Amino acid sequence: MNPAPLVALVGNPNAGKSALFNALTGARQKVGNYPGVTVERHAGRMALPDGRPVELLDLPGTYSLEPSSPDERVTRDVVTGAQAGERLPDAIVVVVDASNLDNHLRFTLQLIALGLPVVVALNMYDLAERDGLKLDPQALARELGVPVVPTVAVRKRGIDDLKEALAELVTPGATALRPSDPVLHADIATLQRRARQIAMAATISETPVRRWTHMLDSVALHPVFGVLLLFVVLFVMFQAVFFAGAAPADAIAGGFDWLAGLVKQAMPDSILRSLITDGAIAGVGAVIKFLPQILIMFFFILVLEASGYMVRAAFLMDRIMASVGLSGRAFIPLLSSFACAVPGIMSTRTIEDEKDRLTTILIAPLMTCSARLPVYTLVIGAMIPNVRVLPFVGLQGLVMLGLYIMGVAGAFVVALVLRRTVTKGASSGFMMEMPKYQLPSVRDLAIGLWSRAEIFLKRAGTTIAFTTIVLWAMLSFPQVPKGSAVSQVNYSVAGRIANTIEPAFRPIGFNRDIVLALIPAMAAREVSVAALGTVYAIDTAGGDDETKMAQTLHKRWSLATALAFLIWFVFAPQCISTIAVTRRETNGWKWPAFMVGYLFLLAYIMAGITYWLAVFAGL
Amino acid sequence: MATTPLSLEQLPQRQRATVAGIAWDRLSAPEGRRLRELGFDEGVGIEVLHRARIGGGPIACRIGRMTVALRRRVAGAIHVDPLTS
Repeated sequence: MNPAPLVALVGNPNAGKSALFNALTGARQKVGNYPGVTVERHAGRMALPDGRPVELLDLPGTYSLEPSSPDERVTRDVVTGAQAGERLPDAIVVVVDASNLDNHLRFTLQLIALGLPVVVALNMYDLAERDGLKLDPQALARELGVPVVPTVAVRKRGIDDLKEALAELVTPGATALRPSDPVLHADIATLQRRARQIAMAATISETPVRRWTHMLDSVALHPVFGVLLLFVVLFVMFQAVFFAGAAPADAIAGGFDWLAGLVKQAMPDSILRSLITDGAIAGVGAVIKFLPQILIMFFFILVLEASGYMVRAAFLMDRIMASVGLSGRAFIPLLSSFACAVPGIMSTRTIEDEKDRLTTILIAPLMTCSARLPVYTLVIGAMIPNVRVLPFVGLQGLVMLGLYIMGVAGAFVVALVLRRTVTKGASSGFMMEMPKYQLPSVRDLAIGLWSRAEIFLKRAGTTIAFTTIVLWAMLSFPQVPKGSAVSQVNYSVAGRIANTIEPAFRPIGFNRDIVLALIPAMAAREVSVAALGTVYAIDTAGGDDETKMAQTLHKRWSLATALAFLIWFVFAPQCISTIAVTRRETNGWKWPAFMVGYLFLLAYIMAGITYWLAVFAGL
Repeated sequence: MATTPLSLEQLPQRQRATVAGIAWDRLSAPEGRRLRELGFDEGVGIEVLHRARIGGGPIACRIGRMTVALRRRVAGAIHVDPLTS
């Protein structure tokens, strides 16, 4: 049996391609990866009006067939049949922005020149009309020599007509159009001029109107009001992530605790029960707990992107980012990393330049993520005196702020160094199309969120669940003999490792208990709080016990050790999920290994400096 | 016609102009290609829409029907002819 015809959606960035893809396929889509590259493969199924199935491929947006990023290379390779693991499409849907014909038609001409059957979707037709532009689709079809269908993907208009046009293209025996126009194979400047001619011929009239986008931009890009607006947007976003995300996160954690409790009641005490409750359920729960915050974060990111505001934020921040060799585009991923480095690293995909992107991934873990908060809160509460240094300014809060600032400052210094060494290269600059503002469609948002959630749960979830089980095993074996005075933690593999490597940490003021707590902290940082609790044989579940825990810390740790511990967590190699997602996004172990290595070194040196400075200061 | 070539960087905000020429040799190959892809070409209408004034940030300009953000260094390589009307 012949496979269903393959149809590729191709077009410039900002042509509304993904919205059209969503409108054509609905929820029947699959996100995968092209082999060997981090480029996502978006595929979906749709039915033609006559019932025949078609496989639809949403290719990354690009301006031409000369690629300047891995995404763009995939687009070129697929439409020329050179992409490994992908067959040559049977037809191409070229998506063009109706109000930006001059530019988008040049790429259309290049695509027509390939000789595959082509239909042009004249998308965002409504926005063009709103801008006072009257177009003649028939004239455009005549000039291009291919069918043209006006569409409004976000409102699902013109979709049936587009399907009709496609049905004719993929009919067996239909002869592909063989373009003879010699202009098609000309250089980019000639093509551009031809595109402008065609655009002119297809334009009936143009009434200049005051464009919404320009009015909004005079606020959004304003040197003062624009920056203020950006800070308001960020403030709302952070509030939402921290506060709206906290309740569902607690509910999920509670649900997993309840589940573990059920298993504990139903099963006799055994290694198997411990594996299920302390290993599997606790491990999976530790991952899924982050899902609400990640989804809220992505909701904001998707809205900001789809509305067109993201590029404006990048525009405002470009100057600051340029000072450390990055571009404005790195701003949003770094911002997301304050909630969690995992969605932050996932959102670096919007950065075109590979080296910019890699640098951003490598410094993302230095943004203080929400998982470090419980650790900071506990140690600061226990060790830093609760005094006011100024009216309304407490010392504890100041230390907390200082830790956040150290992370950001550290990230900027690291970016500077990396851009001159391992990720050296010409600064990619900042040259971006600023799309028109648009109301995002609920369906596109929902599909976007769903696919993010799926990726997070499937890929990172399996890795994290696996590693937490390994950590559980390290803490549970070998089992302490009955009646022994030694605690299970001390007797376990992890305890023994801690004893062995403890001398290496002595110079930076860490005692054996801290070293032991650092091992499970690899799975998730806040686990180190629970681990310290176990080490000190205190159950930290209740509020009272947390006070007890703080008292214990106060008795056993010097202030110098506590400060070193806090600084360690500012720079420390991040949790397993971050490492897993870095591996996925950089396609290999090289960069996650580098990341863990440099962070470890940095954490060690900075904690050491802090410890000795504190010791010399007599703390 | 201006006697001294004016660059996009110097073009007053909201002053309509056309691209007179681009100093391709002052741009890297990828920069030049991306500029072409975004529609920068001799004779195309251009206008500076917004400037991030503080500390030499990027500028936003209208080129043809598109709005494009670019850094000042690149804008300095684009020569423009202001329209007098």
